Amino acid sequence: MSTLQLKQITKSFGETDVIRGVDLEVNDREFVVFVGPSGCGKSTLMRMIAGLESATSGDIVIDGQRMNDVGPADRGLAMVFQSYALYPHMTVEDNMGFSMRLAKVPKEQRRQKVLEAARILQLEPLLDRKPKALSGGQRQRVAIGRAIVRNPSIFLFDEPLSNLDAALRVQMRIELARLHEALDATMIYVTHDQIEAMTMADKIVVLHDGEVEQVGSPMELYHHPRNRFVAGFIGSPKMNFLEVGLERADDEGVGIRLPGGGTCSVPADGSELSADSALELGIRPEHLLLDDQGPLEGEIQVLERLGGQTSLYVQMGESMVTIMADGDVAHRVHETVRFGFEPGRAHLFDARGLALPSLEQHPLAGLTRRDNRVASDADSQ
Amino acid sequence: MTTARTKQPGTQSAAVPLTTRPSLLASAGVRKLGLTVLGWSVACVIFFPIFWMVLTGFKTEAAAIADPSLIFSPTLESYQEVHDRTGYASFAINSVVVAFGSTLLALLIAIPSAYSMAFLPTRRTKGTLLWMLSTKMLPPVGVLMPIYLIFRDVGLLDTRTGLIIVYTLMNLPIVVWMLYTFFKDMPKDILEAGRMDGASTLQEVLFLLMPLTLPGIASTGLLSVILSWNEAFWSLNLTSSNAAPLTAYIASFSSPEGLFWAKLSAASTMAIAPILVLGWMTQKQMVRGLTFGAVK
Repeated sequence: MSTLQLKQITKSFGETDVIRGVDLEVNDREFVVFVGPSGCGKSTLMRMIAGLESATSGDIVIDGQRMNDVGPADRGLAMVFQSYALYPHMTVEDNMGFSMRLAKVPKEQRRQKVLEAARILQLEPLLDRKPKALSGGQRQRVAIGRAIVRNPSIFLFDEPLSNLDAALRVQMRIELARLHEALDATMIYVTHDQIEAMTMADKIVVLHDGEVEQVGSPMELYHHPRNRFVAGFIGSPKMNFLEVGLERADDEGVGIRLPGGGTCSVPADGSELSADSALELGIRPEHLLLDDQGPLEGEIQVLERLGGQTSLYVQMGESMVTIMADGDVAHRVHETVRFGFEPGRAHLFDARGLALPSLEQHPLAGLTRRDNRVASDADSQ
Repeated sequence: MTTARTKQPGTQSAAVPLTTRPSLLASAGVRKLGLTVLGWSVACVIFFPIFWMVLTGFKTEAAAIADPSLIFSPTLESYQEVHDRTGYASFAINSVVVAFGSTLLALLIAIPSAYSMAFLPTRRTKGTLLWMLSTKMLPPVGVLMPIYLIFRDVGLLDTRTGLIIVYTLMNLPIVVWMLYTFFKDMPKDILEAGRMDGASTLQEVLFLLMPLTLPGIASTGLLSVILSWNEAFWSLNLTSSNAAPLTAYIASFSSPEGLFWAKLSAASTMAIAPILVLGWMTQKQMVRGLTFGAVK
């Protein structure tokens, strides 16, 4: 059992507030990802959990115990650093065994634990090497190995993949997901890469300016973003935003007037709206459909053919709209295209940037990564 | 090798006006030659007095004050006499004890100080460092009287302990400052990883910081040893016979009876020999340490 609660955590460096009141619940064996743009406070938040930084106010509770005043090594956590932070003057084995050496674990036992971790991470042939004789991916694995041997209740990962090249990153992502399954430990992972967040998380915490914007499963964040920031941050390419007029708001949804004169009804709760409310329509590029009868129209400015997909950058009056279309579309640059969307896929944001609650819950919104894998014995227990 | 290298660009880019390339090469060559000549000249100017001193040590007293000449019959007469007349060994032992003792003590104080300044800086850290360095600008003679009186009252005059204390205080600003710059270059992550692994601050310093900044610590220590070894002002004023190091030994050769150049040179050569050998053996380490931050 390893759980973590953050209660009204704040952190200020002098005059600047880096974290402004974060509440969070991390459940046992959950893979939680903190994601946000750089400077949002995600790394600071993790460092506070680790004990490398003190919280200005609020409680950090691990397994039901308040840990604010407990030293980093005694919180039962292990951390993998962005720079790996391996000890350059020690061999791989000594790197992994350092914590046990400090804890005065007998040599034989130490070696056994290191070997066990090395086996999981396929590091056995490298145990006698120094870090500088290892590749980036191997160093990364040593850093993870150093965490594993400590047998922590919670693993902390601080942007562990950002120093790796793209191909290796994909591979390590898969390895980390596997590792989570194999160790069945609680993991907290910091990244600025929303793809890492989407692919690995059971629960994503979107941070912005030191505040939690939304907490939820990847699919929940994708399909039901709470506000404009989350909508824009999760998903790639970015969601399109268009200013629209309000026609009516009733039980069936919100009727909107699109740029270009068309109308449509979005199934969202508009009961809070007044007649002169400003509204913004948000649609993901992959939900815009090329359609000769569609209500929207614009001129193609740039075409990016990826083979399987084609991105169209379409000028619509003042704004630029991205459309992800089929790889085989025959359109050319400077052509005028018409396109539309399924109203159920659209999001509406009010003047404060808050999403109007959707009237329909997406069927996959509650799905976690855990549900994606084949049920094993451990899950059925 | 060089011809092949110079030819290649010419053949590859025949269209480029040929005049620019040779002149560029020529000017680079002249520059290099100039720098080499300058370097050697400076080195010779610096080295000449030492060379002349060593030479004079092997002359007879008469030859030493005669017209300067490179041609003479070398003799160990001066060395013999210097050795017979004085106890070189006891002075040398004092020098070794005082230089290394003060260096160890300085490192012992400076490592924790530099650690806290490098890794736990406050708003005043920079100011403190500058203030420490500024104490080096005070002429030592300005504090001679109070220190002499204090030493007299607590019985530290003419003791090695007293000299070690003075040298430690004298070198501390430089030692702290140097260690601070070395520690600052150390990635903080590694120490934090150590803390996550359960290292206490002392273990962090012993197992991680010191092994990783060893070249820096070594060159700092070496500099401190050399500075202490060469120090003359305090040793002449605070010691007489018991704790007098080699600097006092050399000074004793400028006696009221007059200067004995050959003997003075022989004694000086013996005084600088140990530190010269030490410096020569560790010069690689030394240069690496002193340019650590710059060329990394």
